[in-house]
Amino acid sequence: MNSPDPELHHSLLGTYQARKKVHPKRIDGPFRRFKWLIMAVTLAIYYGTPWIRWDRGEYAPDQAVLIDLAHRRFYMFNIEIWPHEFYFVAGLLIMAGIGLFLVTSMVGRAWCGYTCPQTVWTDLFQHVDRFVDGDRNKRMKLDAAPWTASKVARRLFKWTIYLVIAFWTGGAWIMYFADAPTLVREFWTLEAPYVAYATVFILTMTTFIFGGFMREQVCIYMCPWPRIQTAMMDEKSLTVTYKDWRGEPRGSVKKAEKNPGEFGDCIDCNQCVAVCPTGWDIRKGPDISCITCALCIDACDRVMKDVGRPRGLIDYVTLEDSEGEIKGQDHRPTWKKILRPRSVLYFLVWSGIGLGLLFALGTRSHLDIVGAADRNPPYMLMSDGRVRNNYTIKLRNMESRPREVRIALEGLEGASMWSETMSNDDAARAINVDLPPDATQTVRVYVMAPSGTDPQDFSLGAVSLDEGAESDAVELRFVTPEGN
Amino acid sequence: MGNKRIDEPTGTEFVGHEWDGIEELNTPLPRWWLWTFYATVIWAIGYVILYPAWPMVSQATEGYLGWTSRGQLAEEVSAAEAERAPLMRALAETPIEQLPEDAALMQQAVAGGRAAFQIHCVQCHGAGAAGYEGYPNLNDDDWLWGGNLTEIEQTLIHGIRHPGDSTTRTSLMPAFGRDGLLDTEQVHEVGDYILSFSGRADGTAAGAELYANNCAICHGSDGTGLRQFGAPNLADAIWLYGSDEAQVYAQISNPRHGVMPAWGERLDPATIKMLAAYVHSLGGGEDFVEVAEEPAAEVDEQS
Repeated sequence: MNSPDPELHHSLLGTYQARKKVHPKRIDGPFRRFKWLIMAVTLAIYYGTPWIRWDRGEYAPDQAVLIDLAHRRFYMFNIEIWPHEFYFVAGLLIMAGIGLFLVTSMVGRAWCGYTCPQTVWTDLFQHVDRFVDGDRNKRMKLDAAPWTASKVARRLFKWTIYLVIAFWTGGAWIMYFADAPTLVREFWTLEAPYVAYATVFILTMTTFIFGGFMREQVCIYMCPWPRIQTAMMDEKSLTVTYKDWRGEPRGSVKKAEKNPGEFGDCIDCNQCVAVCPTGWDIRKGPDISCITCALCIDACDRVMKDVGRPRGLIDYVTLEDSEGEIKGQDHRPTWKKILRPRSVLYFLVWSGIGLGLLFALGTRSHLDIVGAADRNPPYMLMSDGRVRNNYTIKLRNMESRPREVRIALEGLEGASMWSETMSNDDAARAINVDLPPDATQTVRVYVMAPSGTDPQDFSLGAVSLDEGAESDAVELRFVTPEGN
Repeated sequence: MGNKRIDEPTGTEFVGHEWDGIEELNTPLPRWWLWTFYATVIWAIGYVILYPAWPMVSQATEGYLGWTSRGQLAEEVSAAEAERAPLMRALAETPIEQLPEDAALMQQAVAGGRAAFQIHCVQCHGAGAAGYEGYPNLNDDDWLWGGNLTEIEQTLIHGIRHPGDSTTRTSLMPAFGRDGLLDTEQVHEVGDYILSFSGRADGTAAGAELYANNCAICHGSDGTGLRQFGAPNLADAIWLYGSDEAQVYAQISNPRHGVMPAWGERLDPATIKMLAAYVHSLGGGEDFVEVAEEPAAEVDEQS
């Protein structure tokens, strides 16, 4: 820039605050161990799911979870969803949304603190930092150090690890969209579709940038969810709280020994800030930066133990209990915190949608018939005066096995029909059609009615000729020269 | 340039221009913008050399690559044709009698025929192949010249009354009224008799005699027509030129005769087979008669 005085420039025109890099310190404790567990489980689910096999017989893929965009099918264990059933996916998304509300109403920003991919991958990358460059103090020192050869080498090594993790992440994503073992082979032999490489590249870069460099800025500046959650939290929501009534005024152990009774429990050791992955000081109170990962609770509990004071200076507390505690009351029982009308209501709505989806899944038909009459010409007069109408029928066989289906005329007295693959000598009231597995079959049927038939509605009923005997029908119109 | 004055609040240089006390600050374009601009200039130079760019008197400069939109279209068309080549070859090699045995090929042929029909046939037969007065409906089961695949293909290749094709399908009905073979009264009588086949009028004995003497030789004594001559069935519900008394009298008195081009002169054999398959698939197509050899031989003798 041309400004001779950057600071002046900033103070007058600057809109952004420069980022202060966060160097979280290593900590161990119950919450940290819980975070390890959640990280292991979520990463295992993410990387492992596409490799689970699921036998669906010879006509369908054997991948347990597969979003088959090319064939427009979504497989999830024993559920198979067709494009016209997309409302199941919409229902799942609504459940995910309400699930977030439910979790927030019971345990606050638990999603942000433990399971959000941004949190999990940031955590993972911060462990890489620690592995390569050492803990907080070493990292801060290295950061401030000039760019010597050894620093460059370290950085390159670290970024290579970032890239490998990021590539692994992007690479795992595409496995959900094709047969995983086949795609891996195609990927490395350069036979995979172009879109696979493009997707891996984009997701590698987003993981590399979001997890390696932007980190907490994604939560604070980019993500809408913390802002929504601010509105979702109330006085009964669990949140990480610094008990200022107990901690203030702060003072070192020595000062407190010299002046008993004048200082609170906080010894101002700053450990809660040092371990925070977003660099927030919880003692300033709750903030959009606080993802409630509870690492500061681990840090503070350890310090309190060392100085011989009771744990929980920083703790998961509701605002209501905080106020009660100040007045000397006991906390409300945990079950009351969780089972409150709001969370019960969310749970009822959430489980209601879930049960509705399950019911719809269980009772849905795997056979479907739709049809449309040919409009040009609407009817054909035969030489003997009979009238023929043509229809294009679509039969959907949603079972992954071939099936034979019987289509029968319902109504339309005296009429008979045949299909384009049959001879009209075999015209009958009902015909059999072979359906390929897991596919839609288009059949043109010709319906012939006796001379003098009036225009009328009729139905084509389809019944599968197997033990399931599923059925469906389509309402159609028969048009004749006798006024229509 | 010596005395740089600096605007205090922003720390930016003045350019030195002033209007009514308002002075211009020197805020140069961002470096990235400038570099992008230079890059586009360089790119434009390359583009002008490689691609058509400068408009000249009759056409633009051709460009080093010789690219044209017309050339690109030709390339895409030939690529599409290359893709279709195996199908066209298979169709050309398969005699049409054997087409129904290959269900996949038949399906391709019907689809291709549908497209070709929309280009070559809809002008007369209509988009739904339902025809108009004087232009036959191809959906029904009434065929003047036969409705199995070989007969349809024959009609397509040689046409109907196509001048210059010795094997074209030809029939000529005398103009009974215009040429004075029958007087008006007789035309009406024979017309009523013809309509009586399908119960549309009451025939008279005189009409029956006139019919037997003049019409039965081609249309048959019961009026069911004769495909060898292309003589329409007069006893059915389908009337190419209308079933009103007046329309029937007019057709006896001064008959109209349709003409269909011999498509064999214009289309390749594969396309003709596709068209035949499509027309056959419309619902009125006839199967081959089991003892197909004899009638086929007869047709050959006729032509």
